[in-house]
Amino acid sequence: MRTLLVRGLLAGLVAGVLATGFAYFFGEPSVDASISIEEAGTSAHGHEHSGPADTGHGHGHEEALVSRGTQSTIGLLTGVGAYALAVGGLFAIAFAVLHGRVGALRPRLTSALLAAGAFVVVVLVPFLKYPANPPAVGQSGTIGDRTSLYFAFVALSLTVALIAVGAGHALAGPLGAWRGGLLAMGAYVVVMAVAAALMPVIDEVPDGFPGSTLWTFRTASLATQLVLWTALGLVFGALAERVLRPGAAPAPAEAPAEAGRR
Amino acid sequence: MSQASVATPRPVHIRIPLREIVPWAIFAGVLALLVLFFVSTEAGAVELFGTNGLIHEFVHDGRHLLAFPCH
Repeated sequence: MRTLLVRGLLAGLVAGVLATGFAYFFGEPSVDASISIEEAGTSAHGHEHSGPADTGHGHGHEEALVSRGTQSTIGLLTGVGAYALAVGGLFAIAFAVLHGRVGALRPRLTSALLAAGAFVVVVLVPFLKYPANPPAVGQSGTIGDRTSLYFAFVALSLTVALIAVGAGHALAGPLGAWRGGLLAMGAYVVVMAVAAALMPVIDEVPDGFPGSTLWTFRTASLATQLVLWTALGLVFGALAERVLRPGAAPAPAEAPAEAGRR
Repeated sequence: MSQASVATPRPVHIRIPLREIVPWAIFAGVLALLVLFFVSTEAGAVELFGTNGLIHEFVHDGRHLLAFPCH
């Protein structure tokens, strides 16, 4: 378990660096654009607190705590890297629980499927309901509500997905893996769609905020997460394969033919 | 050509016993959630340390781009 956990952290680190690189080149331009809009004050209802008296919270104001140059480089790497590291650790644990219990798959396939599933459940579905917002979008007064709603939705998605996995596993007996799995996934989609329809809408995009900037920011944000989870799933899969199937790599006498088949 | 000679054996499924996973899960889970809290929320909706938003400002871009609510 310890080796798996270390490998999860390692895979997380790799994923974090890749995602940071992606975010730097594809995400930062729209963050910069949003900040300049924020500072120009063109947003009709921008930050309530960003009056002239504001000092602590400006982005790139003269007296800002952290300069934009730091935020977009080391800060970005720290934030994304720490996130990826933590996710990598949790991923390794989820993998350890799942592997050999839900389905009988090779380690790297389990890893890839787990990463894909986790991306959908933890990132994509919450994103569809409460999408990422660039600076200048979102009123500071509602941060508490927005944070609780967002995390509540993530938690709900995760809970429903876990129940669906359990149910799918149970249904795979009588119905077969394909039907049982599809039924469970369908149930997840229905429950989440109903929940999304019932939960409050957050729309704080100010009038006049350019739609293209919002679009590029949100796609970049989603793509950053996609890079992160893809890298995590594939790197961890490759590493886990070497731990859990030690017989596959050595024994060169008969291995080549066998390895080729796998 | 007998297939049997090269037939891949059924993969051996190593199940890691839950008893072995649980302590690590708790240990890593708590640490990971702490890290996630600092990346995602500290000095946003909740501020545990009087850093005057330093942590928030430092991880600001990551927080936005990872789709967390941020001011």
